[in-house]
Amino acid sequence: MTSNQVLSEVEFNVVGKRPVRPDGVDKVTGRAQYGGDTNLTGTLQAKVLRSPHPHARIKSIDTSKAESFPGVRAVITAKDLPLASLSKEELGGDYTALKFASDHMMASDKVLFKGHPVAAVAAINAHVAQSAMDLIDVDYEVLDSVVDVREAMKPGATLIHDELRTNDMGETADQPSNIAAHMRYEIGDVTKGFADADLVMEKEFTTATVHQGYIEPHNTTAFWNSDGQLNLWTSTQGSFQVRATVSNILRLPISKVKVTPMEIGGGFGGKITAYLDAICSILSKKTGTPVKALMSRTEVFEASGPAPASWMRVKIGVKNNGTMTAVETEMAMDAGAYPGSPVMQAIVCAFACYDVENGRIDGYDVVVNKPKTAAYRAPGAPQAAFAVESLIDEICLNLKIDPIEFRLLNAAKEGTRRIEGLVARKIGFVECLEAARTHDHYKSKVEKGTGRGVAAGYWPNRGFQSSVVMTVNYDGVVSLIMGSVDIGGTRASIAQQTAETLGIAYEDVKPTVVDTDSIGYTFITGGSRTSFATGLAAISAAEDVKQQMISRAAKIWDASEDDIEFVAGMISHKSDEELKLSFKDLARQTATTGGSISGRSSVDPTGEGNGYAVHIADVAVDTETGKTDVTRFTAIQDAGKAVHPSYVEGQMQGGAVQGIGWALNEEYFFDDTGKMLNSSFLDYRMPTTLDLPMIDTVIVEVANPGHPYGVRGVGEVAICPPMAAVANAVTGVTGHRMNSLPITPGKILEAGWENGKS
Amino acid sequence: MNQKVRLKVNGTDHELDIPARRLLVDCIRYDIGLTGTKESCSVGVCGACAVLVDGEMYASCITLAASVDGAEITTIEGIAEDGNLHPIQQAFIDHGGFQCGICTPGQIIATKSLLDENPSPTEDEIKDYMMGNLCRCTGYYGILNSIAAAAKNMNEAAESGG
Repeated sequence: MTSNQVLSEVEFNVVGKRPVRPDGVDKVTGRAQYGGDTNLTGTLQAKVLRSPHPHARIKSIDTSKAESFPGVRAVITAKDLPLASLSKEELGGDYTALKFASDHMMASDKVLFKGHPVAAVAAINAHVAQSAMDLIDVDYEVLDSVVDVREAMKPGATLIHDELRTNDMGETADQPSNIAAHMRYEIGDVTKGFADADLVMEKEFTTATVHQGYIEPHNTTAFWNSDGQLNLWTSTQGSFQVRATVSNILRLPISKVKVTPMEIGGGFGGKITAYLDAICSILSKKTGTPVKALMSRTEVFEASGPAPASWMRVKIGVKNNGTMTAVETEMAMDAGAYPGSPVMQAIVCAFACYDVENGRIDGYDVVVNKPKTAAYRAPGAPQAAFAVESLIDEICLNLKIDPIEFRLLNAAKEGTRRIEGLVARKIGFVECLEAARTHDHYKSKVEKGTGRGVAAGYWPNRGFQSSVVMTVNYDGVVSLIMGSVDIGGTRASIAQQTAETLGIAYEDVKPTVVDTDSIGYTFITGGSRTSFATGLAAISAAEDVKQQMISRAAKIWDASEDDIEFVAGMISHKSDEELKLSFKDLARQTATTGGSISGRSSVDPTGEGNGYAVHIADVAVDTETGKTDVTRFTAIQDAGKAVHPSYVEGQMQGGAVQGIGWALNEEYFFDDTGKMLNSSFLDYRMPTTLDLPMIDTVIVEVANPGHPYGVRGVGEVAICPPMAAVANAVTGVTGHRMNSLPITPGKILEAGWENGKS
Repeated sequence: MNQKVRLKVNGTDHELDIPARRLLVDCIRYDIGLTGTKESCSVGVCGACAVLVDGEMYASCITLAASVDGAEITTIEGIAEDGNLHPIQQAFIDHGGFQCGICTPGQIIATKSLLDENPSPTEDEIKDYMMGNLCRCTGYYGILNSIAAAAKNMNEAAESGG
């Protein structure tokens, strides 16, 4: 069993407790309705025909045989998309972005990755749709492809987009290139910083393409009514994001599109992009019936958005006492077939743990013939952390400095300016390092034949827009209505913040996630933002309720609002002790004092809730097979204030395990042309119960000044440190630096043991 | 080619006229309409589609419905008894046994199968038995805690004659 500690400074009534989730019973009885469970009367099943080639020109598509196949109701190709009939002039400045978005959904002229949609069929059932799809005849001219990020950057490399020109710090390059963007951030005097160093170390690192691995495949059901209203039911992290994508691609006003977010079976960033929604919408418009599509696991691997493979070069200069004098890094991330890798987030996070005066970071966003990448838990940050935290370990070994002492010496604190310019607010990195240093795990002896690694990680935890409405029912139960999809317990964490603010019981808050017509704009559930930003919206809406309750009491008592206070769920007259109503008593009287009370709020918090984590990993490496076993693991993280400590621990453990998978097992195998060779859970190995040690957790609480209860986002940073922590531990066993993920048995055996096998 | 298949699902008899190639998972989800059973990998390695067939755990995504003609099938919808949550279900709620919940029906079916065979499993026995049920959210800790708690609660209830 695991050991879980909470280092708490502040106690609240509901926030920080561990109540059960409102959606618990539905999820253990099979009643919860996920996107794939949507079943409207008369629904047709859609299948998507996908390219077998990573790079090819579409010469022609003949759908006639499929169209006349019994049971088929509609067949579409990119010709059915609105963009096909609109000119470059009509689309103006949005042309390139729109063409990329539309072509990504369904290729019009070229296919750019294996699995790229080229046509879709709607039929009376999935078997018929599949059979008809096999009759679609596509004539391809196969083109050379480019798969590796560094190959794609070379002059003369096969070009994926004829018109793509590098956006180089705001300047557009003359010649086409696979480098979509180059960005550089710099602070201080890097040359001087390296000249001042006693030791300068430099290494290159690579990581493989990995997938979020959510258990629920993508799905959607679309019904385009004859009045022009389009309804979508889907599993998504962002219903408003789906609405934006679909309205953009289909050239519809957003108010014509209503998206109902169903329960979602995991996302980790991968369910922000809308893959099937516009396809099903057009098929529904053509047939006048609901159309549903489900991806297979192979489609999920080949045609949704994995996390980018990367190449990184890191250089760090230090004094003999360990003080960092300068850092420099180049990072190239593959965006897949269309621009948009998370290299900017990698830049932000790479050195965010450290206070270093001189630094320069170059980032490259590079297109290759692979599926367009998507967000995956702290997108960009895990790759950067692997490279930086590995090189820091190498420096610690070289200088014989304890890795936690080194990090404490150089730790970012309140006021530290990062290389990309942001200044840290109150942060808890030092507190995380102290908790690591004093943890039983770190104090324990490293067993013979095993190694121990330490690594840190950072994620910004930004806010963005959230809306909440809450109504007070006559029985005193508050209906909490929100647009944030609940992917792992946020109904509970938002309800807790609501109950805390209103001074009522958690059980008296009833949270509901609603569709895009029923609540104000709410950004995605992602970026570790929901408990923070939607929590802020709920707190603010609850304050609105409190104010209205005071007004009602003033009316009932014929008193001034100024004389009434709302404290801990009681509404009372400040100077007349007799005049006192509980929340429930007053709720009962709302019917006769002006009707129902609704509080509402939309927020757009700025600034970061800076999240830091420190992980400690012990590993054993089998000398015969090269297999690495993680034997002990401790995750330490600053949660600001853990709203629901069990769910925070769940995020820390879940993130750490994904990181361990990324470190040791997981990767897309591509052939030379970019065809994925292991697109099933048989061959893409995610961790099972047998692959893991127990993971101890320590929640550190350094209150976030940007939230009344001190809450910081917690979902993402836990995936940043594990790769380097594991790699550093492997180095402790074998004596070799493992600079390429995943650290497979083959790579370990190839590197061998520095001082013989012990 | 269609085939007549008789299944008793969660105590209710069904006579179905379905294609011979109909998979059990599709039959349960779409012909019978019980969508608690999930499909994820379609190759029988992730456990999301687990059901009990005559008390034995099956991956319904690689089982033809016709091949279990005449069987008694228990799905997640049949685990609760008389409107009360089964102790396994309660333990998953109480001990953080899920985040997104999509693998939960399969995890609970597998736990039922485990505890039917071995009411007091050790930690290693639990891990060994559950290796065929993937979860991507929890890192498994909440699930393992839930299973241990369920076993303990069920054994205590049995001892007290409950």
